[in-house]
Order: sequence, then structure tokens, then C-alpha cells
Amino acid sequence: MIHLSDVRKAFNQGKANEFWALKGIDLSVPAGKVTVFRGPSGSGKTTLLTLVGCLARPTSGRVRLKDRDISGLPERFLTDIRRSTFGFVFQQFNLLKGISALENVMIPAYPLGHDRKDLSRRAHGLMESLDIGAKAQSMAEWLSGGEAQRVAIARALINDPEVVIADEPTANLDSERSRQFLGIVETLKASGKTVLMTSHDPLVCDTAVVDHVVTLHDGQLVDSGA
Amino acid sequence: MRRSDAFLTFTVALLGLLGASFADAVRGVGAAQQSLAAKADMVEQLGLTDLVLFTEARYTRHPSQADLHSAFQDHPFAMDHFPSGSLLPPPIWKGRP
Amino acid sequence: MRLWLNKQRNLLDFSLSSLSRRRGKTLGMLAVYTSIVFLLASVMLFSHAIRREAATVLAKSPEVLVQRMVAGRHDLIPARHLDAIKGIRGVQSAEGRLWGYLFDPAAVANYTLMVPTNPRIEPGKVVIGDGVVRARSADPGDLMSFRAHDGSLVQFKVDHTISRDSALVSADLFLVAEEDFRRLFGIAPGLFTDLAVSVRNPREVIKIAEKIDAALPDTRIILRDEILRTYESVFDWREGMLLVLLAGSILAFAIFSWEKASGLSAEERREIGILKAVGWETGDVIRLKMLEGLVVSLSAFLVGYLLAYAHVFHFGAGLFEPVLKGWAVLYPKYKLTPFVDELQVATLFFFTVFPYTIATVVPIWRAAIVDPDTVMR
Repeated sequence: MIHLSDVRKAFNQGKANEFWALKGIDLSVPAGKVTVFRGPSGSGKTTLLTLVGCLARPTSGRVRLKDRDISGLPERFLTDIRRSTFGFVFQQFNLLKGISALENVMIPAYPLGHDRKDLSRRAHGLMESLDIGAKAQSMAEWLSGGEAQRVAIARALINDPEVVIADEPTANLDSERSRQFLGIVETLKASGKTVLMTSHDPLVCDTAVVDHVVTLHDGQLVDSGA
Repeated sequence: MRRSDAFLTFTVALLGLLGASFADAVRGVGAAQQSLAAKADMVEQLGLTDLVLFTEARYTRHPSQADLHSAFQDHPFAMDHFPSGSLLPPPIWKGRP
Repeated sequence: MRLWLNKQRNLLDFSLSSLSRRRGKTLGMLAVYTSIVFLLASVMLFSHAIRREAATVLAKSPEVLVQRMVAGRHDLIPARHLDAIKGIRGVQSAEGRLWGYLFDPAAVANYTLMVPTNPRIEPGKVVIGDGVVRARSADPGDLMSFRAHDGSLVQFKVDHTISRDSALVSADLFLVAEEDFRRLFGIAPGLFTDLAVSVRNPREVIKIAEKIDAALPDTRIILRDEILRTYESVFDWREGMLLVLLAGSILAFAIFSWEKASGLSAEERREIGILKAVGWETGDVIRLKMLEGLVVSLSAFLVGYLLAYAHVFHFGAGLFEPVLKGWAVLYPKYKLTPFVDELQVATLFFFTVFPYTIATVVPIWRAAIVDPDTVMR
């Protein structure tokens, strides 16, 4: 589904503090599977995730999504692809404070111009299925870590993406909540979604639901998990 | 009620009031025609030259009749200390020295 | 089309919730903004209405006035000048006017004393304006006495009063007979305050003024046009107090809105990052912020303008009274005719709504072009 060939990414290019986060990655992410990027912090796994998820463009190399080269597309098209193909669950959840959980879930769909009633019904449905229906009207800052993550997951799913991307999903959860999260991943996989995660949590990497574990070190692949 | 609906209703209501204020102005000007005409007649009859806006000094009571530099007429460095003095420009003289 | 409309409404919804979660800041901003618009619109409406009123009411003031100048000061003009003026071709009529000021120690106020030629006032009687009525709480039939120039007492009986409707031109008038006027001030017959001239053909006014000037070198001539022009520029935006007042508040507001708009907080920056990461285009983010700016500025404009309209035309411009009153004892109570210039309102709209909206967009635009992956770092 997603193919990377010789992808490199530099930060602060041309300056004294130039730093290469990725140094030539060749990788294929299969559709409908759960893939985990593993590695110590600073190994480039989050950067890799931003490239795969069209949040950023590689400095060199190609990223192909379903046989379409997306590494050179202008931002407008990237946004379009990102919105329709990917759903993101950020490490800090990144919910907007001061507005309700429900509205947080609906935000990604606003620019699409859906009817508000349909949208609200869909958001409620998603929240029900994630067991946070009762929290729909709560302000985002009142939610516990686990609830906030599930709101973030509902937000990632609101535009019905093919790929769900999660950055360190269990970093802020205890092991009980982490197990619950993996349960959600399982239902996502069962509904045909491709799931991509970064993690250095052995609990995640060793679960049955994970199909591939890709290990990175210093911006290079150590084990492509194939 | 949806927030946007509430705001749009509020805005439409204010726009309605804005329209109403214009209508009120037109009505008010219409209603004042008679008293305006009466004032104009009085001006013509008595030969009045100025509005009674400021009555504290002769150059503010009758600015159009005041001497050219009336603010300084008594002494070149006399202070123009009436607040209304700052609201009135000197008369503008037309095409003549 | 439907999709587009839905999208705008969704964005409007969201911008309203964004505003409401910074409630204190938003309300404070709205209050300051509204009062600025209120102040600007009040000044604008008031000065425009006064100018139009002056133009309408003073349209029939004397066509040409001739004053005598002695040593740079206004002096009494002898009646023989009348003959010289009447001899000029194109002059329809010329007559001497008697007017001046009368200080009333009882009210500590100055009245404008005038001798009307038509209708004549009977000697010993006086017709007074509304301001005099209020200053002296005088009624028809009451007696008022003043000391003449030689110390003798001159007594007036109030004949009738001038209606409050015309207070804007008559509040301080004190209309008396010629005999009384001359007796009060000791002005000899054959001397007048100034001369009023009417002209056969209004287009010849300047020509005739030049001829009078040539014939009577010791005079100063005031044309009706100049009277009207004096009032065209009354309360002009350049006039000291207004300028200081407005410049101060506008500058303060400019700094305030610039600070608010350009000082994009880290929190707002993070939000923009989140919105972009979850699939908003740069254009959507800018549209959102523009809507936020528009909601604030449009509401402030409409509310401020409507309050100003009510203030100036229905509540007698009460806030301006202390300024207009100055040190005057006599202050006319008048109701302004609601002359409103739609173009001026449109200009006010343009200059209050657009700069703010633009000021909110510029820094957002700079923030919105950053890469969306910043939220992951």
C-alpha cells in the first residue's frame, strides 16, 4: 500500500545544526495489517511516521501511496490525501481545549462541508463504539488520559480513513489501558483498516494483533520485519 | 440551537435595526421639514448669521462675524482657553484678500 | 453550492466556539471595539447633522454683510455708507442692523441683543429665546431691567417667548426696539452695528462685494457663502479636541488590536498545527480566523453604530454636552434633525471592520504556512 524508496529527511538543512533524521529507508507497508515502528527515542520513527502520513515531505527519495508518487505533491494535494486516507492519533492526543469532546471529534470533517446533523450522528456513533458516548459533551480538558485517547481515536476515524496512524499510543497509559487500546486496534484491523504505530513498549510489539515490527536505529532500518 | 444560527439570527436582527435606523432618519428628516422651514424663515426675517452652539465668547457665538484673528484679538499671546475654541476653525474666506 | 454553504456554516460554528472559549478576552475586545465605533459614529453623525442643519437653516441669512473696521477691530458703521452702497449697480436693498451682546448679571449670562425690523418690537417690550427663558425663568408679562451705559435703568416687559423648536438659532436672542437698543448702549442715531445688503442677481455677489470694498476701504465684507462655509467645516475632523480624542483612541485601539492579532500565542500556534495535521488546508485555517475577526468586528460595528444613532438623535447627544457647553451659561436645548449620510456610514464600516479582520489574518497566514508535522515534534 505504501512504499518508501531511499527516503532521507534532514532538519535545518544547510545550517550549522543540520541533522539527518532518516538516512535512506526502503520500506513497504502492506494494506490491512498492523505495523509497528520500534526503536529508541531519536531513532527517527516519528519522522518516518510523518512522512508516511503525508504530514511532511522527504528531503530526498520517493514515497508512493497506492502506486502514486506523493513525495513531490504540493501541500494542497497532500492535505487532500491526508484528510481522506489517514487518521492520526498523536502522542499528546492534541485535543483542542475549551470545546466539547464531540466537537473535537468532528473537527477534521468541517472543511468537507457535510451536513451538521449527519456529522454529529456519525461522531456520536463512533464515540458510542469506543465506550465514551457519555463523555460527548464534556470539555476536552476534563477527560482522563484513556478517555482523551479514545476521543482522539474517534477524531482519527471521523473521515473514515484507510490508514490509522498512532504515535506512541501507549506512552501515557497504564498497562490496563494499553491492553484496552490494543483491543481497539484489533477491531480496527478487523474492519479492514491499515494501522501504523510507533512504540518502544514491549507490550505493543509482542501482541498477536501486530503483523510487522520494523526496527529503526539512528535513522536506518535494522530489521524490516518482513 | 446551532451557534452559527444564533449568530446569524443576531446579525440579521442587527442589520434589520440598521435598516430601521435609516428609515427612522428619513422619517425624522421628513417630520422636521416644517420646523426647519420655520427656522429658516426666522433666520431670513431676523437676519441671523449663526447657530447658537457656543455662547461663551463673541467669536464662538458668531464665528462667521468674528474678526479675522479674533482668538488673538485682545493680545497676540492671549490664550484661547475655551474648549469650544478648539472645535471651530477660523472662517474660510473666499477668493478675496 | 450546498456543500460550500455547509462548509462555511461549519467553520462559522467552530469560530464561534473558538471565540467563546476565550470568553473574557473576546468580550473585552468586543466592548473596547464597540465603544470605539460608538464614539466615532457619534462624532460623525453629530457633526454631519449639525452641518446639514446649518446649511439648511442658514440658507437665507443675509447675502452680504458690511462691517466697519477701525484699527483692526469691528466698529459702528455710519448710515452714510448705506447711500454709497445703494448707489452701486446690482444692489437691491441695503439696511443697517443693530445687534450686540448684553451681559445679564442676574443670570451671569450673555444674551444676543437684536433689533428686528420686521415685525418691529414696541418700545419697552422684549421677545426672548428659550435659553433666556430658562436662565431667568421668565414668563410673558414679567419685567426685566438692566443698567444702561449711563447708569440709568432700562426696563423690559416680556412680550412673548420664541419656541424651543428653533432654539438652535434663537436660544439666546433678546429682541428689543431700536429706541431701547440705542438708549441701553448710548449709540447715536445714524450709527449701526453693520449693514446687510441684498443683491439682485446672486451670481454678481462677488463683483458687488469688490465694488463695495473699493468704495468703502474701511470695511470688511462677509458673504453668505462664507457664513455657510464656516459651518461646513465646524466639527471638522481636523479640529483640535476631536482630533486629539479620536487619534488617541484610534491609536490605542490600533495598538491593542495589533498586539492581540499579531502576538499569536503558543496555544494558538499549537491549535493551527493540530487543525492542519487533522486535514485542514491553510486556506481553511485562514478562513476560520477571518470569520473570528469578522464576527467580532461586524458585531462591534453594528452595535456601536446603533447605540451612536440612538445617542445622537434620540438622547440628545448627552455625552457631548460637557464639551459643547464649554464655559457657557446659556446652552441651547435642541433636538437634531437626523440627517444621515449613507456614504459616511459605509466609510466608517470600511475603516472599522476591514483593518481588524486583516490584522487578524496576517499573523495567522504566517503561522499557517508552517509544516503540519510540527505537532508531532
